[in-house]
Amino acid sequence: MPVEVGVLALQGGVEEHMASLRRLGVTPIPVRRPEDLEQSGSIILPGGESTTLIRLMQRWELVEPVRRMARAGASIWGTCAGAVLLCKKVTEQEHDLRQECLNIVDVHAVRNRFGRQRYSFREDLAVKGLDEAFSGIFIRAPLFEPLDENIEVLSRVEEGAVFLKQGNVWLSSFHPELSGDDRIHELFLRESGIDF
Amino acid sequence: MSNRETGTFEVKSGHAQMLKGGVIMDVVTPDQAIIAAEAGAVAVMALERVPADIRAHGGVARMSDPEVLAAIQEAVTIPVMAKCRIGHFVEAQVLQALEVDFVDESEVLTPADESNHVNKWDFEIPFVCGATSLGEALRRIGEGAAMIRTKGEAGTGNVVEAVRHARSVLDDIRRLQSTPPEELMTTAKNMGAPHHLVEYVHEHGKLPVVNFAAGGIATPADAAMMMQLGMDGVFVGSGIFKSGNPEKRAKAIVQAVSQYDRPEVIAEVSKGLGVAMVGINISEIPPEERMAERGW
Repeated sequence: MPVEVGVLALQGGVEEHMASLRRLGVTPIPVRRPEDLEQSGSIILPGGESTTLIRLMQRWELVEPVRRMARAGASIWGTCAGAVLLCKKVTEQEHDLRQECLNIVDVHAVRNRFGRQRYSFREDLAVKGLDEAFSGIFIRAPLFEPLDENIEVLSRVEEGAVFLKQGNVWLSSFHPELSGDDRIHELFLRESGIDF
Repeated sequence: MSNRETGTFEVKSGHAQMLKGGVIMDVVTPDQAIIAAEAGAVAVMALERVPADIRAHGGVARMSDPEVLAAIQEAVTIPVMAKCRIGHFVEAQVLQALEVDFVDESEVLTPADESNHVNKWDFEIPFVCGATSLGEALRRIGEGAAMIRTKGEAGTGNVVEAVRHARSVLDDIRRLQSTPPEELMTTAKNMGAPHHLVEYVHEHGKLPVVNFAAGGIATPADAAMMMQLGMDGVFVGSGIFKSGNPEKRAKAIVQAVSQYDRPEVIAEVSKGLGVAMVGINISEIPPEERMAERGW
């Protein structure tokens, strides 16, 4: 029985996550409509543009199914824009913003916290659960502020938390799928009890 | 203590990767930028005039007024791109100082240098460049471009040139994949492309950066066709705000791109969009006025 993990495939860095899963022996299921979720017990929400992603998730009726998965205890991992969508509170560094989101984890995401693309960066990160540093690629990245005590911070930079989890829901503000290093995907799968 | 690095190639090309499956829309005012963002655009291209008007007005077309750019940056949270003239490295420096998220070194503006493009390695912000063939795409990547797009023929509402350029690049990639290794140097010489990038394409069967469609896309079906041909996303220039109902058309194109291989969805979103931009046949444009021929 092949192991399958859904990857929200509406916009953004979809193929990069799928390639990483394939290298680990997991079959990725691109999710573009509700019925695609029937086969997968877990899902990755990739990076992209969060305002685009939420509109497309609403349009193609994926908001409720993903919320249901979260309530049922499925493992969910959002990277960058995908992580922003999972938060209960979203603001933006320079603009007033009322952004709709999935309202799943007790985290406040500050979008574009490090500034515009000129300030996007790469930095070696210490990550809980990994023996050696991980090269984190941050692109117009958000920063996370935990709003509850049961949130485990797995990595931080000087400004604050950039990788954390609450229960089975994981958020990373950087892009492990861009670095060609599959250790964080491996960590997510292992900790989620996915046999691969 | 921190080993933070900005402006690396992976940070620049990574931004382009996050735009995949998305629609980038030309806008000339903050209000248009808001309409584009509300419709689900992944970025806006901030301009003083859309290509159709540049074509109609004639004269020298230059980088936009920084005031226009700043107003658009203030209006939306999505990335804001802006165009500089081919080879105009000071316009590019100005755009970087204004902190635009991406520079389009564009043939839509009047070229500033008849033989050289901007050395894009000098910049911390990423560049997108147009290409009509694989050799041209690899020359631009060799100069540091983090994203490639077809040129198409901007401001015409006619998709035929974008299709020609997309097919040309994709055909060349397929051919290169089956080229024997001992022929790669001569191929590089004949294409006028850097040898290491020719080797990359031979090995991986794709460009090392994201490849978008641009130039003449006016309808959801145009956009979906470019995606089915194998493009990573779509730029829509004059096609939205020169049409009868920009709001509705912008949304429809975003939705069509996200479900590009489902004709029933394209049919649904294409209903009642109002008048598309009128469009121009390429054969009616004198060769010296064709923008796709600019770039070296």
